[in-house]
Parts: sequence; structure tokens; C-alpha cells
Amino acid sequence: MSSKMQSSNNTAHARRAVQQLRIEASIERIKVSKASADLMHYCGEHAKYDPLLMGIPASENPFKDKKPCTIL
Amino acid sequence: MGEMEALRKEADNLKDQITEARKVVQDTTLQEAVAGTALVGRVQLKTRKTLRGHLAKIYAMHWGTDTKFCVSASQDGKLIVWDTLTTNKVNAIPLKSSWVMTCAYAPSGNMVACGGLDNMCSIYNLKGKDGNVKVMRELAAHTGYLSCCRFLSDSEIITSSGDCTCVLWDIETGTEKTIFAGHLGDCMSLAVSPDFKMFISGACDFTAKLWDIREATCRQTFSGHESDINAIGFFPNGNAVITGSDDATCKLYDLRADQELVTYQDSGIMCGVTSLAPSLSGRLLLAGYDDFNVNIWDMLKAERVGVLAGHDNRVSCIGVSSDGMACCTGSWDSFLKIWN
Repeated sequence: MSSKMQSSNNTAHARRAVQQLRIEASIERIKVSKASADLMHYCGEHAKYDPLLMGIPASENPFKDKKPCTIL
Repeated sequence: MGEMEALRKEADNLKDQITEARKVVQDTTLQEAVAGTALVGRVQLKTRKTLRGHLAKIYAMHWGTDTKFCVSASQDGKLIVWDTLTTNKVNAIPLKSSWVMTCAYAPSGNMVACGGLDNMCSIYNLKGKDGNVKVMRELAAHTGYLSCCRFLSDSEIITSSGDCTCVLWDIETGTEKTIFAGHLGDCMSLAVSPDFKMFISGACDFTAKLWDIREATCRQTFSGHESDINAIGFFPNGNAVITGSDDATCKLYDLRADQELVTYQDSGIMCGVTSLAPSLSGRLLLAGYDDFNVNIWDMLKAERVGVLAGHDNRVSCIGVSSDGMACCTGSWDSFLKIWN
């Protein structure tokens, strides 16, 4: 590749990078306090439906092998 | 001033602007916000099932949607679809190329996909008329290895590649619909948002990028990791992203605040993160590491609350079922384990 092509490639690449940065700079941002509150709220609301968090009673656990009962 | 010089200056200015804008909304930290929240109690999960059958390292697994079936990929050259409740193998699919690095289950349950060093994403129809599982499509265009793939539907799939791009494919025609370029290093992992409108990618340029699927644009870029990002996932409400890296940490980035909220790290953990999955509520983060363990983190308080120790080699993949009832780990020791 000639050095002229190389440098126009570099320029095209740099232009694209600047264009992308312009997009990323222009977005609306919310406050971290609101973002945190929303995450905490979601966790709180859904905790009771989270089996790995709450634990699963043996009788409701489809993965737990049922132990055979012996009649004494 | 030459054009390159001007562009470089403008790029630096924009980067400073972004840093400033992120600081402006940083009125607190997640750690301060959760100061009054109690730490989750110790989480102790037990191995309920061991899925035996692969003859070599397992590189990937993916749960089906609304099902107890999952698919796993191993460098023994097989894709196995498991009924995790019975541990039966529903399908054992021989692959053309044994150098597989990823696999995916379509939400419909009709197809699975895989790919790796063959640079292709192969789609298999599980519900063929004669009961045989056959290759339906071979999606070829990437110039680097296939690191990850995820179905949007039976007609569209997104792939990430060592060629630094991600691609949205039309499975019907086998063609590329959209190429997502921008990463400066191998793309290692991707995850689709719960509403299927966005996806995130993690790469060897140490960044994670959020992409708008239909607009075909990169919306945001998240930095902070000090090494390759190997694993990535969405927080269940789609508003935050979790990454796992060779720098031995996981990070939580909020999309709407456009910044990192917390890092999950411990001075005792010095090996890379290979895989991660949040629990159903998002409160727990399960992450697989190179030291053969899975660490369970309280995602809000950023403290370790449990460990899954049961594999005899690296944990390469992890997933939580869609109803949150079980976690599946896959390892280089050739076994998958189901925990809850």
C-alpha cells in the first residue's frame, strides 16, 4: 500500500472515531443516585421470586433427587 | 494544522467532554446508596446433577428459554442437548469442526448454533421432519474465530468474532444484515438485551460497547478494565451491564448514567473471569474463574457471599435458567454441573 493510501486510510479512520465520539458525547445521562435507586428497587421487588437467593424447599425442587423411603 | 492533528485534538476534546459529563451526574456512588441495605446471607448451592458425556474440555453452554433443556459445546467435536432434570442426552450432534468456542439455543427451542476456529456460525435444526439433526445454514463471512453467538429469533442471529466485529445475520438467506465495527480488539462475548433491541459486546480492547440493533450504531462505550473482557451480560431489567475480565474483576456499568457503578474484586482473587450470569432478581452475580471456582457476589454490596467449588479444572461457562431455578456450570474437566 502506498503511503498516500495509508494516510488517507488513517484519516478516514480518525474521522470515524471522531464521529463515534460525537454520538457518545451527546447522550442524556441520569444521576447515579437515580440509577442506584432503580437497581435497588428492582432487586427488592424481585427478590422473593429469585429461587437461588431465597432457597428452594426440597419438595419444590425439581432437581433434587427424591430419596426412597424405608418403612420400618 | 494538518487534518490528522485537528481530528486528534477533537477526539481528545470529546473524550474530556464525556469524562466531564459522567462526573456531573455522579452525585453519589452505588456503595453509598446501598450503605443501609443488609448484605445477602451466605449463599450455599449444592450440585444437584452432573452431566457426563463430553470427552474433552467444555467451552460453552446455553440454557433454552422456559425449559430445563440446555446445549453444551466441547472440543470433542460434539454439541449435546441435555434434559437437565433427567441428565439424558436429547441430541448428540457431531460437528464438522471440533474447534468450537460457543453455542446458543434459539428462544423457540427449534434450533441451536455453534462456531469457533472455523470462523463460521453453523445453525442446526432440532425439529427436522425425519428426526435427524442436520446443519441448516453455515454463516460464513467473519475473518476471525467465532467467540459467541445469540439468536434473536429463528430467523436472526448475532455473532461476535476475533476479527473485531459483530454481525447480525439473516439465517434464511445466510447473509450478513449488519456489521457492527468499532472494537479495536477481538470481540470475545456478547449478550442481547431483554427487549431484544440492543446488544452488548466485550472485547480484547478492554471495552464493552452497547449497540442499537436496528439503527446499526454503537450508542455507548464503557472502559475501566485493565485487560481483555471475556464475559458480558445484562442486569435483568436491561438498564445495566456486567462484564468479567482477565484483570480478575467484574464490573457493573449503568447504561442510563453511562458509567461504572462498582467493581467486584478481592485481593485473594488473582485469576481471570471466564463467564458470568446474574440470578433472576439481579441481586446475585455468579462468575466463573480460571482457578476452577465460581464466586457468588452480592451485586449491590459488591461482596462475595458464596463459592461453588466442584470442578477439577477451569470453569469456562455458566448460565442461570430462565425461571431462575438453577445454575449450570461447564468446565474444562468435561463435566457440566447443575446447582441450586
